[in-house]
Amino acid sequence: MAATNEQGLLNITTIIKKHQALPGAMLPILHAIQHELSFIPSNAHTLIAKALNVSKAEVHGVISFYPHFRTEQPGTHVIEICRGESCQAMGSRALETTIKKHLSIDYHQTSKDKQYTLEPVYCLGNCACSPAMRIGDDIHGELDQQKFERILASLNTYSLELK
Amino acid sequence: MNHSPCLDSSIKLEPRKIFVSLDTTARSRGSDKVATQVEETLNSQPDLSATLVRNGSRGMFWLEPLLEISTPQGRVAYGPVTPKDVKDIINQQCFNDVVDHRLCLGFTEQLPWIKSQQRLTFARVGIIDPIDINDYIIHGGFVGLTNALAKTAQQLVDEVKSSGLRGRGGAAFPTGIKWQTVLDQPEQQKYIVCNADEGDSGTFADRMLMEGDPLVLIEGMIIAGLSVGANQGYIYLRSEYPQAHAILNKAIEKAKAAGYLGQNICGSQHSFNLEVRLGAGAYICGEETSLLESLEGKRGLVRAKPPLPAIEGLFGQPTVVNNVISLASVPYILSYGGARYRDFGMGRSRGTIPIQLAGNIAQGGLVELAFGITLNELLQDFGNGCKSKRAMRSVQVGGPLGAYLPADQWHTALDYEEFTAIGAVLGHAGIVVFDDTVDMAAQARFAMEFCEVESCGKCTPCRIGSVRGVEVIDKIINPDNNEQQRQDNINLLGDLCDTMEYGSLCAMGGMTPFPVRSALKYFPDDFSPKSSTQKAQ
Repeated sequence: MAATNEQGLLNITTIIKKHQALPGAMLPILHAIQHELSFIPSNAHTLIAKALNVSKAEVHGVISFYPHFRTEQPGTHVIEICRGESCQAMGSRALETTIKKHLSIDYHQTSKDKQYTLEPVYCLGNCACSPAMRIGDDIHGELDQQKFERILASLNTYSLELK
Repeated sequence: MNHSPCLDSSIKLEPRKIFVSLDTTARSRGSDKVATQVEETLNSQPDLSATLVRNGSRGMFWLEPLLEISTPQGRVAYGPVTPKDVKDIINQQCFNDVVDHRLCLGFTEQLPWIKSQQRLTFARVGIIDPIDINDYIIHGGFVGLTNALAKTAQQLVDEVKSSGLRGRGGAAFPTGIKWQTVLDQPEQQKYIVCNADEGDSGTFADRMLMEGDPLVLIEGMIIAGLSVGANQGYIYLRSEYPQAHAILNKAIEKAKAAGYLGQNICGSQHSFNLEVRLGAGAYICGEETSLLESLEGKRGLVRAKPPLPAIEGLFGQPTVVNNVISLASVPYILSYGGARYRDFGMGRSRGTIPIQLAGNIAQGGLVELAFGITLNELLQDFGNGCKSKRAMRSVQVGGPLGAYLPADQWHTALDYEEFTAIGAVLGHAGIVVFDDTVDMAAQARFAMEFCEVESCGKCTPCRIGSVRGVEVIDKIINPDNNEQQRQDNINLLGDLCDTMEYGSLCAMGGMTPFPVRSALKYFPDDFSPKSSTQKAQ
């Protein structure tokens, strides 16, 4: 589990202060930390536990229960591939194999150059245009290998026209 | 459908509105780029005197990005539009009476897909600017709330009861009875929780509604609050819906500023506060008690019932937990009366249901209709067959926990009881279509695998049963096993499904047998031993 530096800790303290008075503050705090730092560092656990008056184990328990929360720094781009039935009906099983091969990583892994983290996701609600994936807050549909490669290329060039 | 609307030349040119959707699926098909192009065109040609509106989607996703231009006779639709087409379309439609453009579909309201629907809950989705309160009011918004403020809590609950509305999340429990239970609890802190954790593959009605008309959900939640005496609401939204999240938050802000949320709503003595809370990728949190645990900041472990959430729910207080569509149907009921809503539908399934056509379907999207339409009509008349142009072989209705149905069951009408009668579930009315390349043993195996991934782990039948389920299905299709071993494993799978169905704490483990058993029952040939190269994985 990765830790974070002093600046990161300062941010975490500010985030906790901002949300801790909410009823059921745990998830809002975890979301805000991950939004800020892109993961939840291990040294945040003690701070959260103290603020919410729960044990460190409980904080860890919540983080590990939810697939969305990460305890390691992810790659620059988190790519989430939908594994839902609707996407399967449009060839996502073959596509996920191709994508894993293309990036040389499996699910829950980050590429060596720290560019990409690959995650499975169970439905993005884009089921009329399957198969789908999410990168950041962008949802892409009707994927095939060519479209995937075009999108991947556009992540680094910012100017590709996608149809 | 390629006819061009002829406009009467005597009608004076009025400022036009140009609509391009901000819906997630429309955006995934490039609507943002089309909208940018519209803006550029309007900026470079001020004489067009038109404005761009980002609306929800009409639900015809194969036509997105859909561009609509308002005319005195109604909106004219073009689609699917690319940025290159925008300038031509706008110039022709804004200046000319007769339009002959290859992408012109005619008047939107006249398109067969739209015309044959009964849009009550989705009446404004795709029509209005989702975060414009005035647009909402012009199109009938807040009439339900105004009527509700003049009624007593019991009258409101009675109105909802009389509508026959049942929970649209899938369980189909009568909404009015749930509300009555909460109302009957002594006065104390009560909550309205909207279950917007729409995790089932093949469903997107909640998302479309929240992106296209969030104010109707907000209005529904305020009315629910008035009905049971709750002053705090939470929308538990899945983190996979970033666009819905942004739009809901903006809509709540606007509603607050306009006096519909907060203290003394609309000048009354009632108060209602509303907050969006994000889930974190756990499918199980769509189960109401797991959702409540999650809202309280805990692991999403399912609670044993009783006590019902209506009696001991969020933070131990009486809580209404309703699906997005259930709550969003309430403003219609309060605007027009429960009886009018009840007039739609069949049997004990009253009103309308938003149906989602997904997977391998040529015309995927959202169709809102009264209960009673058959699967065949939906798949052919609306869906127009498989997108792959191959034969349709199987459809899964009601999400990952719903049964797979073969062609000879597609005469079934969409009705809760009719589906129960054939051992299926209507659920949230998501329909996922598969063509003849589907391997149903692989789908059955996936159902168990999905349960293994998403089980909260609290009860053994679900936590362990799902793992064993994957193993047993692997043994059934393993070519190294002889016929006797195969039969033994099929029997074992039946036993395992019994254990999961009767022994699980909630629908996750309890309903995973639905897709498994139906796949085995209707598509037994797919479970014959496979060579290792064909093996489902």
